Amino acid sequence: MDRSLAAVQLKGITKRFPGLVANDSINFELKKGEIHALLGENGAGKSTLMNILFGLYQPDEGEIWVNGEKTVIEGAAKAIELGIGMVHQHFKLVQPFTVAENIVLGNEPVKGLKIDYKLANEKVRSISERYGLKVDPQIRIKDITVGMQQRVEILKTLYRGAEIVIFDEPTAVLTVQEIEELIEIIRNLAAEGKSIIIITHKLKEVMALADTVTVIRRGKVVKTVTTDETSEQQLAELMVGRDVSFQVEKTKREPGEVVLSVDALQMKGEQGKNALNGVTFNVRAGEIVGIAGVDGNGQSELIYGITGMRSVSGGSVKLNGQDLTNRTPREVSVAGVGHIPEDRHKHGLVLDFTLSENMILGSYFEPEFGRSGLIDYKAMDRLAVKLVDEFDVRTSGIHTNARALSGGNQQKAIIARELHKEPDLLIAVQPTRGLDIGAIEYVHKRLVQARNEGKAILLVSFELDELYALSDRIAVMYEGRLMGEVDAENRDDQQLGLMMAGNKSAAAVPRERG
Amino acid sequence: MKTLNKVFNKSSILVPGVAILLGLIVGAIAMLAGGYNPIVAYYSLLDKLFSSPYNIGEAIRAITPLIFTGIAVAFAFRTGLFNIGVEGQFIMGMTGATLVGVTLDLPWYIHAPLAVITGAVFGGVWAAIAGFLKATRGVNEVISSIMLNWIALFLSNYIVATFLVEKGQQKSRPVHESALLTIDWLIELMDKARMHWGTFIAIICIVVFYVLLWRTKQGYELRAVGHNPDAALYAGMNVNRTIVKSMFISGLFAGLGGVFEILGVFGYQTVMAASWGYGFDGIAVALLGGNTPVGVLLGAILFGGLNYGSTGMSFGAGVPSEVVRIVIGSVIFFVASHGLVKWFLKPFLNKRASKRKEAV
Amino acid sequence: MKKTFSFMLVLIVALTLVLSACGANKENEGGAGTNKDEDAVVSDETGKDFKIGMVTDVGGVNDKSFNQSAWEGLKKVTAETSAQTKYLESKGDADMEPNLNSFVKEGYSLTWGIGFLFFDAMTKVAAENPDAKLAVIDSVVEAPNVASVTFAEHEGSYLVGVVAGLMTKTNKIGFVGGMDIPVIKRFEAGFKAGVAAVKPDAKVEVNYTGDFGKPDLGKLAAATMYDAGVDIIFHAAGGTGNGVFNEAIDRKKNGADIWVIGVDKDQSLEFGDEVTLTSMMKGVETAVHKVTKDLIAGNWAGGTVQELGLKDNAVGLPETSSKNVPADILAKVEEYKQKIVSGEIKVPTE
Repeated sequence: MDRSLAAVQLKGITKRFPGLVANDSINFELKKGEIHALLGENGAGKSTLMNILFGLYQPDEGEIWVNGEKTVIEGAAKAIELGIGMVHQHFKLVQPFTVAENIVLGNEPVKGLKIDYKLANEKVRSISERYGLKVDPQIRIKDITVGMQQRVEILKTLYRGAEIVIFDEPTAVLTVQEIEELIEIIRNLAAEGKSIIIITHKLKEVMALADTVTVIRRGKVVKTVTTDETSEQQLAELMVGRDVSFQVEKTKREPGEVVLSVDALQMKGEQGKNALNGVTFNVRAGEIVGIAGVDGNGQSELIYGITGMRSVSGGSVKLNGQDLTNRTPREVSVAGVGHIPEDRHKHGLVLDFTLSENMILGSYFEPEFGRSGLIDYKAMDRLAVKLVDEFDVRTSGIHTNARALSGGNQQKAIIARELHKEPDLLIAVQPTRGLDIGAIEYVHKRLVQARNEGKAILLVSFELDELYALSDRIAVMYEGRLMGEVDAENRDDQQLGLMMAGNKSAAAVPRERG
Repeated sequence: MKTLNKVFNKSSILVPGVAILLGLIVGAIAMLAGGYNPIVAYYSLLDKLFSSPYNIGEAIRAITPLIFTGIAVAFAFRTGLFNIGVEGQFIMGMTGATLVGVTLDLPWYIHAPLAVITGAVFGGVWAAIAGFLKATRGVNEVISSIMLNWIALFLSNYIVATFLVEKGQQKSRPVHESALLTIDWLIELMDKARMHWGTFIAIICIVVFYVLLWRTKQGYELRAVGHNPDAALYAGMNVNRTIVKSMFISGLFAGLGGVFEILGVFGYQTVMAASWGYGFDGIAVALLGGNTPVGVLLGAILFGGLNYGSTGMSFGAGVPSEVVRIVIGSVIFFVASHGLVKWFLKPFLNKRASKRKEAV
Repeated sequence: MKKTFSFMLVLIVALTLVLSACGANKENEGGAGTNKDEDAVVSDETGKDFKIGMVTDVGGVNDKSFNQSAWEGLKKVTAETSAQTKYLESKGDADMEPNLNSFVKEGYSLTWGIGFLFFDAMTKVAAENPDAKLAVIDSVVEAPNVASVTFAEHEGSYLVGVVAGLMTKTNKIGFVGGMDIPVIKRFEAGFKAGVAAVKPDAKVEVNYTGDFGKPDLGKLAAATMYDAGVDIIFHAAGGTGNGVFNEAIDRKKNGADIWVIGVDKDQSLEFGDEVTLTSMMKGVETAVHKVTKDLIAGNWAGGTVQELGLKDNAVGLPETSSKNVPADILAKVEEYKQKIVSGEIKVPTE
């Protein structure tokens, strides 16, 4: 295999949308058999470029060369014909169909007028064995994990004869273990001679996986380098356009009084299973307690239980000694709890409200926003202006709908709102999900700052790096229980991993420290 | 994209205007196909609407209930609910007003307001039933409120036929003078057209609709629940109570519509074979008006005006009512299909926009 | 999601409007609104300066019932005298008053309101326009400028009751009414009395569907009765009665020995004489024709109430009845008719 040959060349690609140049004369070259990362912040133009390559958009200017030949890709069908496959971020699978049915969909082997399922299963099995993508062809999509579904998407492209595979943010939905497996799979594909493009904004994965990186910022290529000759730090700076500090400044600090104490909390879940099985822990003033664990082990329910969004069936929640068990969300909020929710679109914001209106979402009933039952819009706007300024929320105005803001700025707005309440306890769930580096850095800084000001902070995250960087203590959750606590500074990765997988023997660590 | 939007916003008068025009053109084609003269027909339509004080007054009378039902639907819609039961709430409003108007004998300054409030509350409570079922049992308000329409129809027929009936008739005894809300001087002025205070209350309700939703804390809650109940829960609002409240208020508006048909127009209530359809027309009005206060007012004027004026087309140009319905249908179709009209206007608007740019 | 939904909804509303128009009966297409009747009747042109208006109730002019009959009466007037005639359909109760006013304010010579629902609107318009001439069917408006026409439905119903009583084999007879209102009660009372006169042991089952425009309800009511062994149903339910006929036609095809007695018009012409035993005709057409022609001839009947009954031949059985009703029974019917006209029998009204 001649590695110097280019599988794809994009020359001077420009794509304009009204009021925006998404791609500005981009040059990009993918060599055969290489893993090439396309790195950039949200909205930098990565996805636009790949959609052009996959035939979903037509470029305004520029040329596309595939396998040394100039070509025009007028649609996805043409792209597939040229051997280009794409694994989308949001899977396009038919849930009630089996794996094999999904894979052969649109290109079914037929016997007479009927689909030859036997042959389909056979074909799928042989491809999955060849690339080490273990998956049962006869199981239904709705019964398998997200990681497995992604494998099906990959198999689908391979079945259609893809030589060039584009992955759009492939790790966004995966657990730590699944990410490792995916990295293995992608390496295998490259070894088999496939050329791979990965769209991502995660530096760690780029360094671990890619041969070459092309960094895009605001529609332009900043630089193309090989991973050998660069570093995470340099890539981050190229991507963001300025210095970035990963390490949050965090001085050691002696925590104060117990602010939140949760005792033997229980909550009923679906199908008779308990979502929470007696969770006990506390958070003190001036410390960040992290809750680690794989998604779906009761973290969300724990937070719902504490904040009163769902009723608990046993145990107690106390804030500064005051009993808050099964109080309404408003009572909990007024008692001094700020909450940065897990899903900012579902819970954190009313997207069709203006930014200004969103700023009083949890406090509109306070007399400062009007005493007579009417809303004092002036007071509301004053607060919004102040918070937008203080927390550097980038918006075209406080009367812009929250929907129009970028994810990072939406999150900043929520943090601004929740911190403005001057809560004794701040709960932050996945506070940096979907944000790019610049925004993550900012959120982290704010959380640590709040801790330093003496607030108690409860942080739930699926990103171990984030927990390590911010927490003073880390508790691990598994199937509605806390498996134990570890000191963030003297942690043992191995032990933490085992606890997250539900290994009890690893959890022989003291529980109570407060 | 942004620039395009701007152009369209500036032509927010142009688009509905062209839509009405397109609808009239399609209607004209239908009339030509049937062998009727569309010019005479449209002239008769306008003539019917504006020719005499009586007709202007009666057109306003026809428009008034649509304002109420339009607001009722739009209000619920703004709070995330689809109140398809406005028809039933309207009927309950009528029944409440008739009950008080017929059975009680009070001085006018108590009687009329009491009849109005009773009717409105009847409508509100009727809607709140659907809201309550949704809040506590998760029953889809579309289904329950449709069912409640039928119950309202038969229940009020039963009430009228059993307790209020005028002997030998299939309607209630007349409402006492003291409860009537007709405006006698205006009736004289408008050449005996049935003018009543409901029209003014309807305009006030438009203002209430706006102030309540966009200026009060209550409205802030209602809208938050409407847009995003999860976020409302997170923000400490009582989502279930808000749903019931919102349906109640929507029903109040609908009930008021019914109240004024009794106290302002008829002065009695008949045993109805079928409901009158103001509630369903209210859905069309609300959607035509984009669920905005002014939009609902304009939608009601368009819908009610066309409906009333269409008689003129039959009268003046001999167009049968079936063809008249095609004309009304096409106008509504085009007004509702903003997208279609914009697409139709696109080349024109683009040209204008680029010209403006050149001029700059 | 929501936007698409609401858009679809408006679309449906608009389409319903259009489709309901398309689906509507087009019988009257040629002469809708104005009358251009081309019957080969020689006109004497006595009425060419007269303009006659007519307002229907919500049933519309093609209701195959009294609105249509009334319009046919006016068409006949046009053919005979060249009078100009025109109708307006009411879309709801609130429309009746402005519709009447449309004619009155245009200076029409006579304006008809068809149906008992016109009572209030007619009373008001008559009082407000003392110079206008008005006429109403099925209702009594006491005003000097209104001619009221009502019918002795109970008398005609008595006669079809006699037919039903003499022809039933199962001794079970049905009555399907529209709404439970005095007019329809008169049908029921007369019918029951007629049955009882000839077959005292026969049972009459009564069902009020609560609606004049719901054929599905009529079909359901008929099915229930036929299942219970009823073999003859008399309906006084307007459009709802069409369902009764439908059910009967279905059953007749399967060999069932059942009948329907029609109402208002000779319904055997509409539904065929396989199922239509006879009909209780109501002479709306005759009445409208007579009052209008009298006006043209200079005999305005304003302020009078005419109750038209058997003696005026304004109610009764159509001639087509002889097809299904044996001559001896028809003779019996004629016998009872004479007794009613002579006053020997007094038919109850409720």
